[in-house]
Amino acid sequence: MSLHHFLVLSAILFTIGIVGIFLNRRNMIIILMSIELILLAVNINFVAFSHYLGDVSGQIFTFFVMTVAAAEAAIGLAILVAFFRNRSTIDVEEIDSLKG
Amino acid sequence: MPVQMPDINLVTMLPEILIAILGLVVLLKSAWGDENRGGKLVLMAIAGVAAAAAITLGSGNGSSFGGFFINDPFARAMKLLMFLATALVLFMSMAFMKRNKYDGGEYQVLTLMALLGGMIMASAGDFIVLYLGLELMSLSIYVLAAWNRDDVRSNEAGLKYFVLGSMASGFLLYGITLIYGTTGTTVFTGVATALGHGHVTSATVLGVVLVLAGLSFKVAAAPFHMWAPDVYEGAPTSVTAFMAVLPKVAAFAAIFRVLLIAFPSLHSHWNPLLQLVALFSLAVGAIAAIAQTNIKRMLAYSSIGHVGFILLGLTAHSGLGYQSVVAYLAIYIFTNVGAFAVILLLNREGVGDEVADYKGLAHKRPMVAFLMALFMFSMAGIPPLAGFMGKLYVFMAAIQSGMMALAIAGVLFSAIGAFYYLRIVKVMYFDQPAEGAFAMPLDLPARAILAVTGVIMLFWGLFPGSLLAWSAASIKVFL
Repeated sequence: MSLHHFLVLSAILFTIGIVGIFLNRRNMIIILMSIELILLAVNINFVAFSHYLGDVSGQIFTFFVMTVAAAEAAIGLAILVAFFRNRSTIDVEEIDSLKG
Repeated sequence: MPVQMPDINLVTMLPEILIAILGLVVLLKSAWGDENRGGKLVLMAIAGVAAAAAITLGSGNGSSFGGFFINDPFARAMKLLMFLATALVLFMSMAFMKRNKYDGGEYQVLTLMALLGGMIMASAGDFIVLYLGLELMSLSIYVLAAWNRDDVRSNEAGLKYFVLGSMASGFLLYGITLIYGTTGTTVFTGVATALGHGHVTSATVLGVVLVLAGLSFKVAAAPFHMWAPDVYEGAPTSVTAFMAVLPKVAAFAAIFRVLLIAFPSLHSHWNPLLQLVALFSLAVGAIAAIAQTNIKRMLAYSSIGHVGFILLGLTAHSGLGYQSVVAYLAIYIFTNVGAFAVILLLNREGVGDEVADYKGLAHKRPMVAFLMALFMFSMAGIPPLAGFMGKLYVFMAAIQSGMMALAIAGVLFSAIGAFYYLRIVKVMYFDQPAEGAFAMPLDLPARAILAVTGVIMLFWGLFPGSLLAWSAASIKVFL
């Protein structure tokens, strides 16, 4: 397994995450999952680089990213719950009361 | 093997520690405090911010945690702007709290935490610290945007800001991984050294582009601006005022540090990109705002335009350019806080956010209308107001650096932009008011904020010397 394998895997996960945000028109939860996927891709990159560089700071960064990802998921779900209580839907197409 | 202790110098980050403790104390107070604590907690937060500002001004240069955290004149200047912005917005939101019968402390805590995140960004000397500061600020503001739990528009603003903001953080992080992978370090100065020696690969350039894209999202520069109009419109007005000022200052501080300390050797790669973003922002800010009927939405586009001017100053890549950026940011803060203070004041009396709701304001409330006109003229860049000085210095820097075409584009878009600012003045002064509109009494916070911002508009417009000297001193670290 070379560094390239990890980088390609991470690039694929990152792309799936970005595409998931833009192409998904149905469910808000899927967008939250896509965001997690993006962060996971970043973590794979950090750990792979860290291992092959023999430098530990990438792995430390990964811990911080995981911590922030947890906080981010909590806040995202909280806002989504508040939205669901008012609108009774989490359909992405229905999130359209602000337009200009 | 002896363990080498890193240089931990907590005195360098005394203002940050103070704000963090203040936030926790306000949180505890909000749980166990007496009745009517909302207003008291605001005053407490403002007092703490003032103390932190005093400490910041009195502190000397230094760095801590092996260069991860830097305190230099630039960090102090940016923090001072953030303290001013936070204190003014907190003071302003007292009226908003009274109207919503809100009597808790979470609002103040989240505001303070966002401020803390911004302060950390301004002092970051490493990508880890930069990321943590950015997330602390962003996460707090996502919650603030969704503050009105029962208002579906506020929920939606929070949700949109959250999704697009998280995606921007993802871009930023992915860029950081690439830079880490090609340079082997996350410290800004280390990255600069590695890039200065080694050859630059396409992965590095991609990393720089992604980092720049992530930070452009945070300042709402076109083409990364799609979230701004929706979020500005949906969020509660005092929160909109906050997110129009604090994240901009913090993210520009971060852009300064990343581009000029970590990537100075890649100037030929990022500067054309930055010029393109500046041009896009100027165009979107000037043209898209014309069609808006909602004043908060219009101010969102106006802020995109202002970001374009600030980026124009940054791309000039000279002392005068950087100086104009800091001066522009200072002027931008006061103009926006003033304009949002007027909107909030009218909101409280049931006046809506539509431009048409401002019909005839001058007949009923000449002073408020006069100040609003002042802020609009300043944003349009009409002398002798502060906004004119800001634009003048940006254009001077651009021309001095030989960016004639961009400077001319800036002037053209500025002229187009003047149309929608002047439309508000026209509506206020030349249209007839509706029956019974604008009966509100002015409370003390509103009077104080409007007086301060209004005086500053005139003062900096007529005597810009002190502002220019201050901004010139703050950017010396980058020359």
